[in-house]
Amino acid sequence: MLHFPPLPKNTRLFLQEMGEMSRFIGRFFVEGVRPRYEVGEFFHQCFVIGYKSLPLIGLTAFIIGLVLTMQLHPTMVYYGIEAQIPAMVGIAIIREIGPIVTSLIFAGKIGSSIGAELGSMKVTEQIDAMEVSGTNPFKYLVVTRTLAAMLTLPFLVIIADAISLYGSFLGVNIYENLSFHLFYEKILDYLFFIDIVPAFIKTFFFGFAIGIIGCFKGYYSNKGTEGVGRSANSAVVVSSVAIFILDLIAVQITDLL
Amino acid sequence: MKKSNDALKSVISIQHLYKSFGDNKVLDDFNLELYQGESLVVLGRSGSGKSVLIKCIIGLITPDQGSINVLGQDVLNIDKIELDEIRTKVGFLFQSNALYDSMTIRENLEFPLRRHSIQLSQAEVDGLVMEALENVGLEHTVDKMPSELSGGMRKRIALARTLILKPEIMLYDEPTTGLDAITSLEIIALMKTIGERYHTSSIIITHDMKCVQLAAQRVAILIDGKCYAEGTYEMLKQSADEKIGQFFQ
Repeated sequence: MLHFPPLPKNTRLFLQEMGEMSRFIGRFFVEGVRPRYEVGEFFHQCFVIGYKSLPLIGLTAFIIGLVLTMQLHPTMVYYGIEAQIPAMVGIAIIREIGPIVTSLIFAGKIGSSIGAELGSMKVTEQIDAMEVSGTNPFKYLVVTRTLAAMLTLPFLVIIADAISLYGSFLGVNIYENLSFHLFYEKILDYLFFIDIVPAFIKTFFFGFAIGIIGCFKGYYSNKGTEGVGRSANSAVVVSSVAIFILDLIAVQITDLL
Repeated sequence: MKKSNDALKSVISIQHLYKSFGDNKVLDDFNLELYQGESLVVLGRSGSGKSVLIKCIIGLITPDQGSINVLGQDVLNIDKIELDEIRTKVGFLFQSNALYDSMTIRENLEFPLRRHSIQLSQAEVDGLVMEALENVGLEHTVDKMPSELSGGMRKRIALARTLILKPEIMLYDEPTTGLDAITSLEIIALMKTIGERYHTSSIIITHDMKCVQLAAQRVAILIDGKCYAEGTYEMLKQSADEKIGQFFQ
């Protein structure tokens, strides 16, 4: 019989966590379709997760659009193609920068907040209290938050893209006079259906990853307040890595289309 | 202890209960009865498995083996709906109070009423919330957040939240832990008042000897996962057994 050496401890822990995570995701789908549906809590979470993230995401999107244009301008002038700035910035923002940056900010704000909130509820027995109060805590806490993250992020990305492009428009106008109408016309000349739809669809997956990872890290938090901090931290780190991995997969799939 | 026939009716019956976490045997052939109207204290050292025991009773932890009968129902062999039905009759006071940080006191108290699918009008809900708060003397905190209250007040609010469903059985997990001596006495007095007013039977998990002395009609000592001894406070205090004696030193 073949004898395999034992796996290193870190590898074992990683595989164990992957297994638990897979089971957690499976449970999300099972609990998500079973009644009773926590509609009120879902809308409350959409407000907390989506609406309350708007100022931060809007501000960063505006700055990114503006800075990207200002950074590009000298090089584009050097090659004499400054007229292409709107198209270039438009494609970059809509296809990649908008979804990725918005998702990373969302992961930092929402992933950490979900991880810390659920972690704190876990160590202070609030999750147990919910269960004895006739509530399925998984449905009430995990399903609602994950769905809210999944459904609000794509709309935040659309808003962030629009604000970012407006920032870019102002950036262009620092150096030259370009009308708003012409700026957007130049973007739309180079922007196709295939640029917009995959970028929009992948953000659902980013939102799902951020929500479910934040919930997983918080739901299985332990070791008191230290564990809560660790949950919040690892929720951000793991969901940020997951965003890049999912993006890589999305790019490969888009290339096949 | 002398009991009337009525008081001898068992409301919780735990038979041959086993629970391990890895190699750590927490409960090892544990047996216990709680009789109607009785106040039973389960005494044990920290980490002896007291909290695991009451979490098994309410179905938060599944034991490895054994049976737990609560108000005539085997809680280990019932479905979720029946378990929720049992939970409306069993109040659980958590050691950390477990008040929902993001909700006001009113919302905290309303939560079990709304979640247990009890059909009540808003006026009835408001009435029950105020009645529960009056029971613990904290009506003025109704619109405050838990973080605005002291430790003793949070404990009383947690007690009010468990009382709102008018349970037949109360399970108290370390009700005086983290409280100063005076507040502890107030909480013990409140627990006794509630027991008398609502005729509840209760299991109190503690290692606080003052709580044992004042609240217990009967004491069960949990050692090495077993119900090592049972009796009244005075009876156990006079025991010559070394393991029992160490609790009363």
